[in-house]
Amino acid sequence: MNRRTSWGQWRGIVVLTATWVLLWGSLSPGVVLTGLLVALGVLWLFPLPDISRVATVRLWPLCVLVTRFATDLFVASFQVAWLAVRPGPTPRGGVVGVRLTSPSVAFEVATAELASLIPGSVVVEIRVQEQMLYLHVLDLAGSGGPDGVRASVLALERRILRAFAAKEGETA
Amino acid sequence: MSAGEIVLDVLAGICLLLGAFLAFSAGVGVLRFGHLLARMHAVTKPQVLGLILLMTGVALRLRSGPAVAVLALVVAFQLLTSPVAAHMVGRAGFRTGKVRPEDLDVDDLSDAPPTPPTPQPPTPPTPTPPPPR
Repeated sequence: MNRRTSWGQWRGIVVLTATWVLLWGSLSPGVVLTGLLVALGVLWLFPLPDISRVATVRLWPLCVLVTRFATDLFVASFQVAWLAVRPGPTPRGGVVGVRLTSPSVAFEVATAELASLIPGSVVVEIRVQEQMLYLHVLDLAGSGGPDGVRASVLALERRILRAFAAKEGETA
Repeated sequence: MSAGEIVLDVLAGICLLLGAFLAFSAGVGVLRFGHLLARMHAVTKPQVLGLILLMTGVALRLRSGPAVAVLALVVAFQLLTSPVAAHMVGRAGFRTGKVRPEDLDVDDLSDAPPTPPTPQPPTPPTPTPPPPR
């Protein structure tokens, strides 16, 4: 693991310090200084692999990803809310396996996080080596069956890769 | 009170009511859904959007910079942690055999071959016989 200070780690320091300042709600020098110290401590204690070589940010696909995520979250939330309050039994669900195509663990994690929030699914198991994601689907029939679930998760992954992957379609 | 402030207050009221309904339905879902994995759906989706709407409503009503920043942090951490928490509970339940096979129409995970011997956490348990009802 490369632990030299890189551009990615500088960004980490900035984000962590900004979080600290927001939590304290004041921009005084003391707060900023302690924030910097805490950020350095966190990055030293929990070093993360540098993903700046595989990750980038593309603005327009990111807008697409965020907009689609917001609408999907809205729809999925009201669907689950309706399933919860309507009379009748719990709908029949199942556990569906999806083989992801993403090259890097970072994108697998991002897909798993977002997949838990949107297409009517909760991640049950991740197998990193096999790039397999196992999701529980609440309403299997309403999500288009196992194949419908796989298609929507892969579409989500494609949107993430378009927004963040340095090279599209990278397979290494 | 200016017209703009009234509009903001009405929007805040709508957000608060919708958020309260979603949080309520998440609670109902946890009570009513039949098994562990279904309950995890209630604590991720309606709960998260409910909280987002409540925070939006509060932000629209307070209209002060530092307060909005803290509310945004609450939303960000909720989005980051809630899926992980649901995943951990679901995985623990599945691995310890708390998920009954008859609750699942499809089960790719139990049908999947066990993971190859790598320095990974233990493979999921073999399907246990369903407990007596």
